[in-house]
Parts: sequence; structure tokens; C-alpha cells
Amino acid sequence: MEYEPVIGLEIHVELSTRSKMFCGCRVKFGGVPNTRTCPVCLAHPGALPVMNRQAITNLARIALSLDCEIPERSIFHRKNYFYPDLPKGYQISQYDQPFAVDGSLEIALEDETARIGIERVHMEEDTAKNIHAGDSGRIAGSLYSMIDFNRSGTPLVEIVTRPHIHSPRMARAFLNRLKNTLLYLDVSDCNMEEGSLRCDANVSLRPVGTDELGVKTELKNMNSFKHLEKGLAQEIERQRELLEDGERVVQQTVHYDVASGEISPLRSKEEAHDYRYFPEPDLVPLVASQQFVEEVRRGMPELPEAREQRYVSEFGLPLYDAQVLTASREVADYFEEALGLFDDAKLVSNWVMGELLAFLNTAGQELSACRVSPAGLAELLHRVRDGDISANTGKEVFAEMCESGASAAEIIAARGLTQISDESELEAVIGQVIEDNPDQVEQYRGGKVKVIGFFVGQVMKQTGGRANPKVVNELLRRRLSE
Amino acid sequence: MVDHEDVRYVARLARLRLEPHELDRYAEQLSSILKHINKISELDLEGTEPMSHVLDLTNVLREDEVHDSLDSEEALANGPDVEDGAFRVPPIIGE
Amino acid sequence: MNLLRLTATEALRRLADRELSSAELTGAYLEQMERCEGDISAYLHTDAEASRKAAAAVDASPGGGTLAGLPTAIKDVLCTRGIPTTCGSRMLEGFIPVYTATCVSRMEDAGIVSLGKTNMDEFAMGSSTENSAYGTTRNPWDTQRVPGGSSGGSAAAVAAGEALWALGTDTGGSIRQPASFCGVVGLKPTYGAVSRYGLVAFASSFDQVGPVTRSVRDAALMLRHLVGKDPLDSTSVEHPEAIADPVDRDLSGLRLGVVSELAGEGIEAGVNEVFREALARLQAAGAELGEASLPHVEYCIPAYYILAPAEASANLARFDGVRYGHRASGAGDVTEMYELTRSEGFGDEVKRRIMLGTYALSSGYYDAYYGQAQKVRSLVVGDFRAAFADYDLLLSPTTPTTAFRIGEKVDDPLSMYMSDVCTTPANLAGLPAISIPAGLSQGLPVGLQLFGPAFSENLLLQAAHSAESVLGFQAASPLVEELD
Repeated sequence: MEYEPVIGLEIHVELSTRSKMFCGCRVKFGGVPNTRTCPVCLAHPGALPVMNRQAITNLARIALSLDCEIPERSIFHRKNYFYPDLPKGYQISQYDQPFAVDGSLEIALEDETARIGIERVHMEEDTAKNIHAGDSGRIAGSLYSMIDFNRSGTPLVEIVTRPHIHSPRMARAFLNRLKNTLLYLDVSDCNMEEGSLRCDANVSLRPVGTDELGVKTELKNMNSFKHLEKGLAQEIERQRELLEDGERVVQQTVHYDVASGEISPLRSKEEAHDYRYFPEPDLVPLVASQQFVEEVRRGMPELPEAREQRYVSEFGLPLYDAQVLTASREVADYFEEALGLFDDAKLVSNWVMGELLAFLNTAGQELSACRVSPAGLAELLHRVRDGDISANTGKEVFAEMCESGASAAEIIAARGLTQISDESELEAVIGQVIEDNPDQVEQYRGGKVKVIGFFVGQVMKQTGGRANPKVVNELLRRRLSE
Repeated sequence: MVDHEDVRYVARLARLRLEPHELDRYAEQLSSILKHINKISELDLEGTEPMSHVLDLTNVLREDEVHDSLDSEEALANGPDVEDGAFRVPPIIGE
Repeated sequence: MNLLRLTATEALRRLADRELSSAELTGAYLEQMERCEGDISAYLHTDAEASRKAAAAVDASPGGGTLAGLPTAIKDVLCTRGIPTTCGSRMLEGFIPVYTATCVSRMEDAGIVSLGKTNMDEFAMGSSTENSAYGTTRNPWDTQRVPGGSSGGSAAAVAAGEALWALGTDTGGSIRQPASFCGVVGLKPTYGAVSRYGLVAFASSFDQVGPVTRSVRDAALMLRHLVGKDPLDSTSVEHPEAIADPVDRDLSGLRLGVVSELAGEGIEAGVNEVFREALARLQAAGAELGEASLPHVEYCIPAYYILAPAEASANLARFDGVRYGHRASGAGDVTEMYELTRSEGFGDEVKRRIMLGTYALSSGYYDAYYGQAQKVRSLVVGDFRAAFADYDLLLSPTTPTTAFRIGEKVDDPLSMYMSDVCTTPANLAGLPAISIPAGLSQGLPVGLQLFGPAFSENLLLQAAHSAESVLGFQAASPLVEELD
């Protein structure tokens, strides 16, 4: 029997507000443990939460970017459970009246597009961090745990998709698109390694052509796109084997071990979850008036689709270029900054897509870490357009700029790369080349004009590649026709 | 109406450890309290709105401003077991 | 002159006129504390030296705050920076808050002199102060009897002349019931009128801070300093009216509704007698008396004992032995640590309410208990609204009995809960209510309770002040009277 994977994602996004969700402690990754805490985020007796306005605005931005419906009223609940990283013994979260519901996000792969439904988007708070002491660094076998409350109370948005995803590749593409959207919205740094973007996946299989959902497992904490895709593939394979052997999938939480590539069940808690949700009496309801929603909508930054369209209509770029450039907000911002200093959109696009992205890809580097600034690129392009260096030389210079961080001017000067366009200087070289190669001169004059390439090559060799090819061509034709 | 099983389950959820002899006492006391409390089930409250708050307040928000945090010494001062600037707890098992 | 009979209002006048120094006044209270604490045990923490110094500082720089130099007791459920705060629980033995509750800060900013932290039922759960992990407070009128609770320490301190006035908190009657038992004035303000920041939460949607005083004017004076929106408490609001000083005036034209469900059956004969006599006097003073009904009042205790424990079960989850407070030793893993810590740290009543609240919220029971109780809350609010359409204020005895004997109800939680029957309706509806002494029954004080609509504190205090002079209750507990 053929099986179809059914995947739903639960994504947690830490918002990059200045202060925490319910208190004024700074939001920041890491740092000396327990230096960004207060009575509220340490849950001291008597301390009370007060909501961060910016977090709610960011939440609304996310909801709108995912085409969600925002009900007029949402409330907060207490989700009760004990864990050392949860100081109050409950998490303030949203339950049956979330901030936003019923959205979607369209994903385009090369060969398919899909509209992934968003079930809900809600606000909650992050937990503290457990540091497991002992040999392994993992929970199992640790002698004790250390708790750092710096992260406690960081605004956290949960996004839950409908089970509309049917392949690991699509899951990855969704997460990628979501991340890009969130970066465009400027609501989170989405750093998966630091945990500001976290993804859990619910996976089940069902016979192709059926509608009923199979028994699902939950794959926890995929901390990179690659692991998400690989872990899902692995879990789908595991379930497929079970089903094909006539066995049953057990509903449980599983762990994907990145090193071994193995899936293993997490030891389940002794009792079933009974979170005893009830309305948080320390907070009052959130009412998203039409006016508020409109204000947020007006303040929304340009999203990828809009930017893509603008690149085509305003800059006259091909759709393909527009898609590649806007696939990441960082790249698009880079492109536009360079374009502000060098007014040939297609040329900038070619260089960003061809040279810059290729370099980052090969080097495995993030754009934020790239040593060539948009201004640096623009400067280089000016040198090429002015004829100081050839396009090919320009590419070499760019590569060196990436490696060394030096400017185009510095590299060109240091390596003496400036083109020779001076006719008198070139005349001398050309005269010598003609004199040294009488046979080829004969051939040319006999009508074999292609030989001119040979002469150009010789001139380049003599000048160390610095001769301006356009000028050389012209002079050669003139001299050979004499 | 509340039996040992219920008492055990609830105590476990609330992270309270009860001695065997306490199970009887709690089962008995909770039953008698619940018997009285069950009076509210006589009421037919179909259509009555539940009230979680007497105040008619909405949207109480603070500006996104950073305030001074406690210094770590103060944050840790009441900690029963503190080491290297962090709160220490026995090993976490079962998750 | 017996300084221990002074009201805060009168003391403030004498301090302002330099007829009295804060050092003298504070000294008198410290002396009385020394004399009576052995019998009463109203305080959990005192620092006589610090109190004297604070008083001397006030005397040295006159024109301080609007409450400068007034010796004040603070219920131990309110956080005080640098000063132990235990909530009457072993769980918080040795806990030193890193911040001060907003209500205490406001009083301190106005210049009060703190006399110390008063005893209470553990985490404010109880009606007798017998649930304190640090021993029972005794009623100054009869030390074989309870002072009421949970603000029993505050009420006993004021009644015994061990404090000029005190801060209390009221979740289901915890200010009014002990005020009634101890023959003093106790006011629970409208929910939201006073910040809860720094009040260690018992039941967040019910808890309110309020005054325990010797006169209604004193209650108004203290309340004026407590009210106001606090940016640290999302559920606090600006009071729509400035709290006024009540004036001497009769009761003519005031429509008072006697809550019939709280004024007959279930009320002790002696209490009823004092109550009826009080009604007669109020009527004679011009009040228009009538019979009011709160039809759902019999469901208040059941609803309250679902909602409050449910909230408490979550509020007390933070006491887990990780960041502060008691931690059991010898646990092999964190779950065991939680269970041992909480079983050792909490007393019986607290555990009972945590269990009850956890049960009411647990899977499968939410709708039948929590959901249904929330609906009852709506009904009670509706009952009051209807009653206030006919009356300016409502009346009832504060408690069905006078102070009961120590130990009488400890083994019968339900009968203990029933002693809140007259007070919980105000908490469910979030309304202001005040208890004033109406007389004595067999030598024990009886309280008269007045309820008002939300944010009607001025009307309530004015009426209570007029009633106070009509009733003319002059008695003080023997511990104060013997010093006359």
C-alpha cells in the first residue's frame, strides 16, 4: 500500500522586543546567568504580570502576515504544570480564545505550490533555561540541573499549522518561508541555533486517497531546517516500516538524534498531561479593535510578495531575479542598498545573484557575516562600468574582497589591475606582436579574420591581462588592414 | 464520592506527598466539602455567562521599556541551593 | 490620657499640633506590645529598635508625610523589602523579599512607622488565625477565643492596643470577620481600587488590601492613601472619586436594605439581637430601612470554595523550593524534591485547599465546578445590582456568630468555611463592604456589615461613620480598658 505523510507544524517564535512579555527585564540571548531577572520573571510571591504593548503589536503583525482572522476578544489562561524552568508553576498562555485563527501561507516549490492552513497564532511566555550538569550535558544521567532565568518571560508566539503538509521538503519550505516572513516583519531574529525559532512537528501516515488521519507522533525541537527535513524523513520511514509490517504506530513524542540519524521515543511522563487551564485572573482581556488592527496593518513592512512585484514593475527585473532577491529580507535589503549607489538594477542583480550568493553558498556563510558591504559592491561595479577593470577581473576582485575584506580600490591598486586603455602604450605592444607573427598576419589578410582572437590573446599575455580588450580589438583591426 | 484514587491523582498533580493514613482523611474531608459545594449543580445556568473578573477592563498594556533588573546576587539571595550564579535543583527525570 | 485609645485621625492632629511626638506614641505601642504579646501573639516579626528610630526620624523632621509618625501594623502577607515575610507559612520561613508591596510603599511614603508584621492564617486561608505555622493569635476580648482570620493578627493588634491601625487583606472576609470578632473597623475596598502588587496571592480575582482601624474616619484616612492605579497591577484602576473624610451627619434619606437571607436563619441569637437593636437605632436616626434580597446568596460559599481554591492551587505552585523558601533535603530527583518540599512547607488547610482547587480544575470536572461557579458569580453580581436599584446600601451582620473558642472548628473545615457566609458575597461581586462594631453579645463584639455598589467607598464610609456615632460603641478590649 502507498502511504501519504501528513504533517502539521507547531512553531515557537521568540519576539525581539526590548523588554520581556510581562516585566521590564531586557530580552537578550545568553549572558551571565540570572542577571536579567526581577520579581515578576522569577515569580516572587506577590509579583504580577503586565503585558508588553509591542509584543501584542508584533503578534498582530504576524497574524496579519499569515492572513489570519483576529477575533475581537482574546484572553489569557494559566497552563499548570511543574517544571524547574517554569517559575510560577504555570505558563501564561492562550487557550480556547487565542489572538488569531484561520490563516494560511502559500508555499511555492519548483514543481508544486501549496496553501498551508494556519490553525491559530497565540501569545505566551518563554520558560527559563535548564543547564544539565554532569558528564553528558543531556538530561539523562545528569547529577543536578542549574536554572538560569534570563530567558524566563521572553515573549513567545506560537503558530500552529493545519496538517496540510505532505513532505519533509514542503515542511522545510514552509518553515523557510515563515522565517523569511518573520524577518521581513522585524519581529524576531529567528535564530534557530539560539532557540528564537523552534519547531515541533506532528507526523502521521495514511493510505493515499484516504482522508482519515493516522496515529501521530510528535517530533520535538528541530533546531535547523536540515534537521527538520531529515528528522521528518526518518520518522516517516520508521512509521512506513511499522505499517508495512502490520504493526501500529504508538502515539508518543520522539527525538531525532542528529548525530546518529536515529529516531528514539522520549521517555514519557508518568501521568497524562492535565494542564488545568483556567482564565488568568491577573490579566484582563485583550480587545483587538478594528482601529488597532488597521493601525498595525498600516505599519506593516513590505512583505516578500509585494517586494517581488515591485522589483519587476519598478526595476524591470525578470521575475526569476525578483524571486531570488526577495527570498530573504537580508538579501533584498542588500540589493536595494547597493542599487541606491549604483543605478543599474539588472547589473546589481546579476552580481548579487551570481557572485554574492554563490560565494555565500560555497563558503557556507551568512550574509550578515559577509565582508563586502553593499557600498563595497557598488564601488566595484563603478570601476567595471568606468572601464578601469574588466568584468572578469571584477569577479576576481570581488572574490578577494570577500576573503580579505579589503576594498575594490585597495585590491586593484595593490595588484596593479587597472586596464591599459592608452592607445600609444598599446600601439607599441601591438606592433611587436604583429612583427613576431608574420604567418598569422598572412592568414588574416588572406581572409581568415578569426585569427584576430590569437592576436588579442598575445597582447593580453604581454600586458598581464590588463589591456582594455575593446581598445585592443580596434587597434589590431586598424593595423592589420593597413 | 472522592476516593483514594482521586486523592492520589490530585495530590500527584499538585505535587503533594500524602502519607497513606492521610488518604482517608483527605478523601473524607474533600467529600464532605464537595457535597456542600455540589449545591451549585442544582442551578440550571444554561445561558448564564461565566464571570472570571468583576472588572470591566480590557487592554491594560505597558510600553516596551527596559527597567533595571535585580543584580544576580539579589536574585539568588533567597535561593535554597545556589551555585555559580544559578539555582541548582536535583536531576530532572521523566521528560 | 490613654494613648492606646486614640484614633489615627486624632493622633495625627496631636502630632501636627506638637501635643504629642511620634516617639511617645510609638513608645506607648511598643510598651503595650511588650506587655501583651505573650498573651495575644499578634505579631510574627517586630523590630522595636527600628520602630523607635523611624519615630525619632519623623519627630526630627516635621512636615514629613500625610501619615507621618503613625504606628502601623502590616499583615505578613504583604511583601516588605529586607524584612521577613512569611505569610504564616513554614514554606516562607526566612524569606526576605527584594521589593515592597505597592500599598505598603504608599503608606511608607506618607510617613508611617512600622511596628511589625502581623500573624495570619497560612497564606490567608482560614477564619481563625489558627492555621498559622507560628502559633495562634488570641482574641484580646477573651484569650480563649480566636481573633478571626485570616487578618487575625492585624485585628487583634488594633484591639489590644498593640497598633494604632493595621493593614489587612480580604479574600472572603479576612478583614471584616476578624474586625467583627475583635470589635474594630474593617473595610474591604472595591476590587481593583487598591493595588495587589506585593500582596502574596491567595485568590487573585478576590484579594483586596484594606484598613483595620479603630474608627471609620481612620479607615477613610488609610484608604485615601491606598487607592489608585498601579502600573504594576493590571487589575488596578484609578478610583473615580477622591476618598473623602466622612463628616458628622445623620442618616436621614439613606435607603438601607437589610439582606433577608443573611439576617435570620443561621445567625446566632445573641448576634441577631445586637443586629436588630442596631437596626432600630439606625432607623431612629433617620435611615429608611427595608428588606432586600440576594436570592443566590446561599450559593456563595459553594462558588467561593471552588473559585478561590482553584486560583490558589495555581498561585501556590510557585512555592517549589527552587528560587526561595523551604526546600526539603534528601530528594533524589526534582519531582521528589517538589513533593517533599510542598508537603513539609504547607500546613493542612493550605494542602486541603490546593487539593480542592486542583480537583475542581482537573480534567473532566472543570465545567461542573469551575465553569458553574463562574456562572454563579454572574448571578450574585446580578443580585446585588437588583438590590442596589432599591437601596443605597445593604446591611447584614458581619458574621453569624461571635468569636468562637480556639480549637472549636479546626477539625471541621466545612463549619469553619460557613463562618464566611455573610462576607463572601462582597468578594464574589467585587464590592466594597465595611464592618463596624455594633455592640457586645455576652461580652464579645458583634459587627455590622454595610455593602455598597462598586466604587461607592465615599457613600459607604459616610454612612458607616454616621452609623458608628449612632451606635455609640465605646468599649475597648480589657487590655486597653485597664489602662484608662
